[in-house]
Amino acid sequence: MEGLYAFCVGLLTACGIFLALRGRSFSVVIGLTLLSYAVNLFLFASGRLKLNAAAVLGESEQYSDPLPQALVLTAIVIGFAMTAFAVILAMRARADLGNDHVDGTLPKPPAEAPTKSSGGNK
Amino acid sequence: MQHLSIFPVLIPLLFGAIMLLPPISRDLQSQRVASMVGTLFLMISAAFLLYHVDSEGTRLYALGGWQAPFGIVLVADRVSSLLVLLTSFLGFAVMLYAIAGRDKGGAYFHPLFMFQLMGINGAFLTGDLFNLFVFFEVLLIASYALLIHAGGKQKTQATVHYVILNLVGSSLFLFGLGILYGTLGTLNMADMAVKVGQLEGETATLAKTGALFLLVVFGLKAAMLPMHFWLPKTYAIASAPVAALFAIMTKVGAYSIFRVYTVIFGEHAGELENIATPWLWPLALLTITIGSIGVLASPSVRTLSANLVIVSSGSILACAAINSIEATSAALYYMVHSTIASAALFLLADIISRQRGQAEDRFVKSRMFSTPKLLGFGLAIAALSLIGMPPFSGFVGKIMILQATQSSVQTMWVWPLILLGSLAALVTFSRGGTTLFWRHSGSPATESEPAKNSEIAAIVLLMLAAPLLVIFGGVITEYTLQAATSLHDIQASAYDLIPGVSR
Repeated sequence: MEGLYAFCVGLLTACGIFLALRGRSFSVVIGLTLLSYAVNLFLFASGRLKLNAAAVLGESEQYSDPLPQALVLTAIVIGFAMTAFAVILAMRARADLGNDHVDGTLPKPPAEAPTKSSGGNK
Repeated sequence: MQHLSIFPVLIPLLFGAIMLLPPISRDLQSQRVASMVGTLFLMISAAFLLYHVDSEGTRLYALGGWQAPFGIVLVADRVSSLLVLLTSFLGFAVMLYAIAGRDKGGAYFHPLFMFQLMGINGAFLTGDLFNLFVFFEVLLIASYALLIHAGGKQKTQATVHYVILNLVGSSLFLFGLGILYGTLGTLNMADMAVKVGQLEGETATLAKTGALFLLVVFGLKAAMLPMHFWLPKTYAIASAPVAALFAIMTKVGAYSIFRVYTVIFGEHAGELENIATPWLWPLALLTITIGSIGVLASPSVRTLSANLVIVSSGSILACAAINSIEATSAALYYMVHSTIASAALFLLADIISRQRGQAEDRFVKSRMFSTPKLLGFGLAIAALSLIGMPPFSGFVGKIMILQATQSSVQTMWVWPLILLGSLAALVTFSRGGTTLFWRHSGSPATESEPAKNSEIAAIVLLMLAAPLLVIFGGVITEYTLQAATSLHDIQASAYDLIPGVSR
């Protein structure tokens, strides 16, 4: 179970970082969301993974650490708020700047494009 | 007076919440009154807190009566109460400036300002690493909205970068917290400081990873070298009161570095002793270097002040890397000085740019100011103070940092960098000031608006700090030295705060 869990968290993180490094605000927001999911799962696991263990005393033979669950709860709430803000900001930037690139300007087309067009002029 | 420690968090929260409710939410004038009253109360309570902490020692406030290490605690020691007072004073002065008309650009300026103050004060006071994260988020979300206040293309674009960077930073923060909780089993700073010495082998390596994750996050907030690129643009485009308030934001990062890497991972931490120093030392020096280059290249007063913020941040981090009582004391003094002086410069830059029409605050030949004497005098004091010329506070601060170097290697690196940084600031200020005030053509621009009385009052209030920090320098340095001593003393900064833990 630990191996699978760790693999999933790692995969989510990797995808999140990859998407967050991209140029368009939509993929960046998706990347941030994936990253925050990964963080939440990771925080949850920091209290050790256990089977058949409730976080409430007296409900089961063994109990799991309640603190990470409280932390995750707070982190989820904050993460949602921040993602919502990022989405709204991305929409505002799209409206203000006229494109959805995070730098506010679309990058110049690759270097071969002008040579192609000059080739066409010949 | 038992609840004094929580007032700096509670007052801005209450005032901010009240200002969101009708009838105050619709009336700008009453919001202004409420803001001034709120920041005044905040300043008074912070001053009381400082007085109490200074005379009676560290105050521990257990929220809801749940004792540490399981409950959440606020810790008001000499360091945090000094910074809370600094924040409150800055908030009061900046608000005095904002009510003259800079708050009209968008809705909810006043509540957001209050929430920002609440987040900063909370981050200084908390004794719990997870609550540090929560207060970071409070101050960040307020700062996102404040940054975009009054709108415009440039602001939107800079805010996008700022928000994305900080969201990634928050994720890293949580990863670091998760690792530390998994290895240490606690997030109370004092408890962590006690437990960290027992780690060995692989667990210690894991905890080190977590701690260095946190260093990245705090470095991002403090504008440490590889993570400083967002700062000049963000600070230069923010509206004046917001930029002036942001002058304290890099100090929150620097304060967290001091708190975490001297109290938790300090000299007593066994295998994890001083883990941040090998990273902090080169990065702090490079931050000063890159900041000084930025200062030389600054085309306008606002960019110049933003780059000076980076230089001051680098100097403070260098003190953190030296990691001695003297260095921490110097850093505390320098934090107070540089926050107030750079805030004053941001506000001055705003008045300068309003009086010059299209040229704004850029260092180009333009029309004359309508009030050149007032502005020239103000800029001269701010410049002398920030460069570090006697008789103003920057001089004392820089001397303290220079004296705090311990070995010849440290001296060899810190002295030239700090002094050359001052030279760079001197060159830029003389070049810029000459252009602004002496190379003008024709009469004052007709559209220029003179500074209002409350704006001048705010700037004078901030400027007064430069000579006052020198006149009362003896008292203040004695205080910062005591604060630094208690921060480095593991008995005072950890064991005393968690009753019931065996030594």
